[in-house]
Amino acid sequence: MKVGVVSFPGSNCDEDALLAIVERLHESAVLLWHKDHDLQGADVVILPGGFSYGDYLRSGAIARFSPIMQEVVAHARRGGPVIGICNGFQIACEAGLLPGALLRNESLQFRSMPVTLRVESVDTVFTRAATPGARLTMPIAHGDGRYTADAETLARLEGEGRVVFRYVDATGEPTAAANPNGSLRNIAGVTNDTGTVVGLMPHPERAMEPLLGSTDGLVLFESLLATAKA
Amino acid sequence: MKRFKVSVHIVPRKGLLDPQGKAVADSLRTLGFAAVADVHVGRHVVIEMAAADAGTAEAAVRDMCGRLLANPVTEDFEIAGVVAA
Repeated sequence: MKVGVVSFPGSNCDEDALLAIVERLHESAVLLWHKDHDLQGADVVILPGGFSYGDYLRSGAIARFSPIMQEVVAHARRGGPVIGICNGFQIACEAGLLPGALLRNESLQFRSMPVTLRVESVDTVFTRAATPGARLTMPIAHGDGRYTADAETLARLEGEGRVVFRYVDATGEPTAAANPNGSLRNIAGVTNDTGTVVGLMPHPERAMEPLLGSTDGLVLFESLLATAKA
Repeated sequence: MKRFKVSVHIVPRKGLLDPQGKAVADSLRTLGFAAVADVHVGRHVVIEMAAADAGTAEAAVRDMCGRLLANPVTEDFEIAGVVAA
């Protein structure tokens, strides 16, 4: 499996994602420069966290028009796996790969902290190795993470099982207190209608080493490996 | 071709939670502006461009709003003015 990690100007989690793939999964990974038109044969694309293009106008709005994103969108349309993490989730929404949008946190505060997620769907290429209902701990670090979509879209996502992760408390309940940003229905991550594109605000690539406090992020990438070998 | 300045207001869609607007409203009330009922914080964008006439300039900016300047999921926009530059 070859993973391509996109580097936009202002990305700051690209190297972390690359290291996580190479050192923890022992798979090959390359950085893909935003001006390139070539995915370099990557089977999987990671849109990493950061503040692409300064997040001017809106988070992710400018990155969507970069040359590499045309290739990423084409890859996704062919059924290729894409995961958008944090700023990458915002970019995926702006690019129309995922429904909805991420707005300023309800608290207006930048939130950098570990959160607990509940796995809501294992019908995606990034969660098929996870257990339904499992609770995962990984960090968030964002100011614009409030997931929003219109009522019709929310109903469709829920009805089709496309909410992938929800913020929950220690007992697994999606309470208001466990919601770090005011996301509708405590939504932390969603998928497209084929389960091949996943976006989430928390950082699985920062939860892949015991030294960093959690290895719960590994399951997303192990799911990919299971997919690649299937 | 003539030059035009087209200004556009982009505002959060009504009904969506607007924490920035709420924070500003709370501050205004703290300052004593008790009559403040609600505040919405958006963006004002001014585009200077060449176009055959004002209508063409406005149509182009509407297209820009639909494709980049406003997020169709969360924002509404209105053309605030088209003036010869």
